[in-house]
Amino acid sequence: MTSISPEAPLLEVEGLRVSFATQRGLVEAVRGVSFAMGREKLGIVGESGSGKSTIGRALMRLVPSPGVVTGQKLKVGGKDVLSANERDLQGLRGGKIAMIMQDPKFSLNPVMRIGTQIEEAIRMHRRVTRKAARAHAMEALLAVRISNPERVYHCFPHELSGGMGQRAMIAMMLSTQPDVLIADEPTSALDVTVQAQVLAILDDLVSRRGMGLIMISHDLELVASFCDRVLVMYAGRIVETLEASALSRAVHPYTRGLIACLPRLSEASSRLQTMQRDPAWSQV
Amino acid sequence: MRLLRPILAFLASIILTLLGLLAVTFVIGRVIPIDPVLAVVGDRASPQTYAAARAAMGFDLPLYQQFLIYLKNVLSGNFGQSTLTGRPVLEDIKAFFPATIELSSVAIVVGVGLGVPLGVLAGVRSGRWPDHLVRLFGLVGYSAPVFWLGLVGLLIFYAKLDWVGGPGRLDIYYDGLIEPRTGLLLLDSLLAGDTEVFWNAVSHIVLPASILAWYSMAYLSRMTRSFVMAEMKQEYVMTARIKGMSECRVIWRHVMGNVAVPLVTVVALSYGGLLEGSILTETVFAWPGLGRYITESLFNADMNAVLGGTIVVGVCYILLNLLSDLVYRLLDPRAHAA
Amino acid sequence: MNNARSWLLADQPASPLQARMGRFYTSWLALSANPLALIGLAIVVLLLLSALLAPWIAPRDAVYVQNLDGRLQPPSLLHWFGTDELGRDLFARVVHGSRITLMIVALVAIIVGPLGLIIGMVAGYVGGWTDRILMRLTDIFLAFPRLVLALAFVAALRPGIESAILAIAITSWPPYARLARAETLMIRRSDFIAAAIAQGASAPRIIRRYVMPLCMPSVVIRLTLDMAGIILTAAGLGFLGLGAQPPSPEWGAMVAAGRGYVLDQWWVSTIPGIAILLVSLGFNLLGDGLRDALDPRQS
Repeated sequence: MTSISPEAPLLEVEGLRVSFATQRGLVEAVRGVSFAMGREKLGIVGESGSGKSTIGRALMRLVPSPGVVTGQKLKVGGKDVLSANERDLQGLRGGKIAMIMQDPKFSLNPVMRIGTQIEEAIRMHRRVTRKAARAHAMEALLAVRISNPERVYHCFPHELSGGMGQRAMIAMMLSTQPDVLIADEPTSALDVTVQAQVLAILDDLVSRRGMGLIMISHDLELVASFCDRVLVMYAGRIVETLEASALSRAVHPYTRGLIACLPRLSEASSRLQTMQRDPAWSQV
Repeated sequence: MRLLRPILAFLASIILTLLGLLAVTFVIGRVIPIDPVLAVVGDRASPQTYAAARAAMGFDLPLYQQFLIYLKNVLSGNFGQSTLTGRPVLEDIKAFFPATIELSSVAIVVGVGLGVPLGVLAGVRSGRWPDHLVRLFGLVGYSAPVFWLGLVGLLIFYAKLDWVGGPGRLDIYYDGLIEPRTGLLLLDSLLAGDTEVFWNAVSHIVLPASILAWYSMAYLSRMTRSFVMAEMKQEYVMTARIKGMSECRVIWRHVMGNVAVPLVTVVALSYGGLLEGSILTETVFAWPGLGRYITESLFNADMNAVLGGTIVVGVCYILLNLLSDLVYRLLDPRAHAA
Repeated sequence: MNNARSWLLADQPASPLQARMGRFYTSWLALSANPLALIGLAIVVLLLLSALLAPWIAPRDAVYVQNLDGRLQPPSLLHWFGTDELGRDLFARVVHGSRITLMIVALVAIIVGPLGLIIGMVAGYVGGWTDRILMRLTDIFLAFPRLVLALAFVAALRPGIESAILAIAITSWPPYARLARAETLMIRRSDFIAAAIAQGASAPRIIRRYVMPLCMPSVVIRLTLDMAGIILTAAGLGFLGLGAQPPSPEWGAMVAAGRGYVLDQWWVSTIPGIAILLVSLGFNLLGDGLRDALDPRQS
């Protein structure tokens, strides 16, 4: 599969920086990241601490304090995020860009019914009656292949399995029909058996609605098989951008190292490869 | 029926705690240096009279039998006679307790009304000046001896400024005008339609209730703050923000929905704390409540009254805990499953 | 200076000493960034100094010697805090009273800490019926309002400062037992305990050598946080006439003694009350700051 060239980019990022003031001085989690994306599936890979999750939150200006987001350009659907005021941001969040997080056990409000949480998202962005919102919520639940939406609607998060919870989360985030969906490790907290199902649902919905998807993960293989394009991050910067199909042609030593570290059944090897790091990678 | 088992286990633990409470008061009642027999017969009684009285009072029985008798008496509401008032202790408690309930209820309402919003403010702005201000205000309330606050409050607001009523529940000339129905003066005066007495009662309760409220506000704002801070770090808060909710709604709908669960327990505990704080406050304000009853009896070596009062306060404590646990189960959907 | 700082803040300390000092230093940094905590620390240091140096700050005689001609005098240069109803210098009494306050706090801490620790550790480590019985006992004591129970105990013993200390101690150990039990339950599951058992260590030995050192920090923090409560309860008992007895310069008793004069001679009651307020505020501020500084969840 070849990548769809971004017609009017859904997302434009230039020189994005996120820094945290700590007791030991300024720590830069993201150090000048630039990319653009259209209606495609973009993967961001990197090890923990590489800044990949921070990018996801920075795109919505939701970096927890004392984090500060700066950059030359950050536009979602043509709207400037960096200069937006709190009100505009609230319209953007959920309306234009949404995010699903790692573990539905923590990302859903434990004392609120699933239905209420979805309805709340809908009513945040559309002026609809309670009844209409309820109908929308049911639709959203059906769309993530929940066969019994009536039951799930009335459930509390702890009454759902991980896979069901994550589907409900996807339903909630897509119920407002955003253009871009960020998925931050959406399956790593799930059982292996349901991971594929959840990914399939995600893939299906995103393609059908022609949305942009950013898949953040540490799992290179997963991202390569799921996405069109992959950004490889190291120490807060993008070290390489690749077509997912062209993974084997990676030139950056870090990416090559990552690929080499993957264990392969076809090659008998007594030792797993480990990464040899070069401090030069994190230099500007 | 899933609910039945935990409830039974819970009841069993309550009963055990109650038994323990009675055992402790029983032991205290036995080790006091005052000889209850001597108090009855007088110190010039002959040894025969003394022995007869001792037997009549059941003090010659083995200790466990004495405890069983004590248990039976207490459970049937018989706390013995008060030597100070000459009435059954239960009657006294019925007469004095409403004043304490009235005082601490007004205080808890004010305390929750102020403490929770201030705690939310401090938790949301943690580390910045609203937080420091709320914490300092709370900590001063938490650190000030209530009895001293009462004295200073009376000195300033009653004696110097004359803004509030003085000690007692009413000015003397209003005393006895209202027929006690609930025992809560504010309520009784309204029921009787006597607004003059009502406002007089308000002017008397304002100061002691405010002082107690300050104390509970301090505790509540502190606990609310830490609950809010803990919840703000949870992922579902991020989810709510991602949905595009304003920070205000995130806090009041999502965070507070979760904070409410542990907060109920804390409010119940702090109400119990007020029952206790009222002992010192009542002493300073000559408030005819249970706290003052206990201390006055203490000084008159009226052990029946002291222990009776202690048991009543202890039982209230246990019941409050029970209540908070039940409400907790109602509020937290996760508790149903467990 | 800069060198010492970088040594303390090193990411990879070279020795256990450096690691410990470094941790200490970062905690101190967090604490000193909190102005309220520093005020608390200053107050506590002031209390310690005044208790330590009392005889040099104010002569001991002034505490007890009555001067009925000079009774109830307002604060002046001669008597900074005025005199009380028996003409005793209030400044001297407040300064010497700090010794009593400190003694009460210290004694209660010495009784409560170990008592709660032992009960909690035994309950948590041994488990089973021992645990159930000990925890039920703890719950019973927790079910009582502290002051009421302390009152009943003092009444049973006999009013006096020793009874007050004992009563406060008897009513304050349960939270410590709970704390120690919770920690013990967590520690008991660790591998190093399994290793010690495998080596044949006896239960008392494991509790003493392995569990106790790990329980200590949280118990100590809890104690600092409880200091203010202890001071207030002691003062309350003193105020009711059940704690320290006259002519002892205990602050609560002093407030009570001045009660009758509060309308005209405000200072007699007010000043010892301010002393109680200040000291308990100091402990509260410090304890609050310490908890924030040492709480790993904060960073």
